[in-house]
Amino acid sequence: MIKFNNVTKIYSPETTVLHDVSFEIKEGEFVSVVGKSGVGKTTLVRLILGLEAPTSGEVYFRGLNLNALDNIGIQEIRRKIGCIHQDYKLLSKKTVYENVAYIMQVEGKENAEIESEVHKVLEVIGLKDKVNNFPDQLSGGEQQRLAIARALVNQPDIIIADEPTGNLDPYNTYEVISLLQKINKTGKTVILSTHDREIINKLGKRVITLEAGKIVRDEEAGKFII
Amino acid sequence: MSTNLKRIIAFAINDFSRNKGISIAAIFVLTITIMLVTGLFFFQGMAGYLTTQIQNKIDITAYFNEGAKEQDILDVKDEIVKMSPNIKNIEYVSKDQALESFNEKHKDNPVLAQALEEVGNNPFLPSLNITTNGDPSQYAQIANILQTSDFSKLINKVDFSQKKNTIEQVYAITSNINIFGIILGILLIIVAILVVFNTIKLAIDNSREEINTMKVVGASNGFIRGPFVIQGIIYGFIAFLICFVISGIFAFLLSSKVGVILPGFSMFGYFLTNWWIFVLIQLGFGIGVGTISAFLVVKRYLEV
Repeated sequence: MIKFNNVTKIYSPETTVLHDVSFEIKEGEFVSVVGKSGVGKTTLVRLILGLEAPTSGEVYFRGLNLNALDNIGIQEIRRKIGCIHQDYKLLSKKTVYENVAYIMQVEGKENAEIESEVHKVLEVIGLKDKVNNFPDQLSGGEQQRLAIARALVNQPDIIIADEPTGNLDPYNTYEVISLLQKINKTGKTVILSTHDREIINKLGKRVITLEAGKIVRDEEAGKFII
Repeated sequence: MSTNLKRIIAFAINDFSRNKGISIAAIFVLTITIMLVTGLFFFQGMAGYLTTQIQNKIDITAYFNEGAKEQDILDVKDEIVKMSPNIKNIEYVSKDQALESFNEKHKDNPVLAQALEEVGNNPFLPSLNITTNGDPSQYAQIANILQTSDFSKLINKVDFSQKKNTIEQVYAITSNINIFGIILGILLIIVAILVVFNTIKLAIDNSREEINTMKVVGASNGFIRGPFVIQGIIYGFIAFLICFVISGIFAFLLSSKVGVILPGFSMFGYFLTNWWIFVLIQLGFGIGVGTISAFLVVKRYLEV
């Protein structure tokens, strides 16, 4: 589904974030990308979303070279990806309902479908009583759940969670990871980027370990070893 | 209307009402700048009126010889009209009309009347009084026709050379007023556009993160940009409404005061006569600058 082929990303002559990275993620896999802060995990996510272009090498999404796609092509790919960010990236001037609905509006879905789906996903995620609240009126955990609701509402083919538990307490962390596992069980691909040892060791799923911009380990049922 | 367009308009109205402070600031700045442009238009109107008044007061007179026949003089008149069709007015004044006019003008001055009596006969010469469009080159052209054509033998003198310096000075002054007005106008409009651009940039800066998020979730550039551009249109339209009302009230209140400085010029009359130009300028400037600024600012953020 996603393939990195000898990808190198250099921001300036002195800053090489990713160096000759190659791996492939298959449909329905749950893959964790681990490494210390600043090792290139977020850059990897940005490359998948087409927000960055590799300095050399190629990134493929279902066989399409992202670098060769035009703006519209990239937008189509982004709509197939549900992304959960560490800083949530919520639309601060829109309500909880509007934040989730926006994703479907972007796709041009009908209002009736949007209303039904958004209410459904907000109920599942436990935010149905806060539909008219703005993000700054929610707690950290609620904001993260809203970000998850937004990532799920379009029923994307793949969920990318970039440090989704970085700002959460252990209870909310457990909730988020359980939810990602449930999503994966429905056949969706999940990419989890984290530096949380405990989460990785409990998951028992494939782990790609990054160090100094290089893949040093790629193991099925891997552990957090840095 | 397409679903997307409806959504974009709804987003714009929502954002506009939720960010009242920013919206009011943007409308305020736009209103001030549109008023500035409107002021320049009023200034242009007044300057135009003033120069026309001055130019209309300057004429050129050709005095004919004592025995010149009326028909010959009228032939000269036709020749001038034919060769210089842009002239505003050309009037034949006969000897008798000149005397009559002099008597009428100086009826309260017995000394002049007595002097005229002592001369015995009518000392005035028949003449052609010509008013041109104010351009000194046209004066020179007419003077040239009069002095060099076959009719020159009929002509006693042309007073162009005596008036030449005055005409050129007036023309230089009116040209300078126009040039000064244009330069000042361009400078002020550039400043106004920059101020509006920066105000709208500040308003959109606030949404920079949101624009980035919209990009990440796959929104098209048009879907992201649309609400900001429509907000620019709303700012411009509201600013136009405010400016149009204010301009009308100001023109009405200041009309009598301006009339004292510039007799014959009605500021309110100028506003009423040119109301559609005011609408075009204010609406065009308001919506144009508001929309283009929003478009450019969001475009920059979309490229990042």
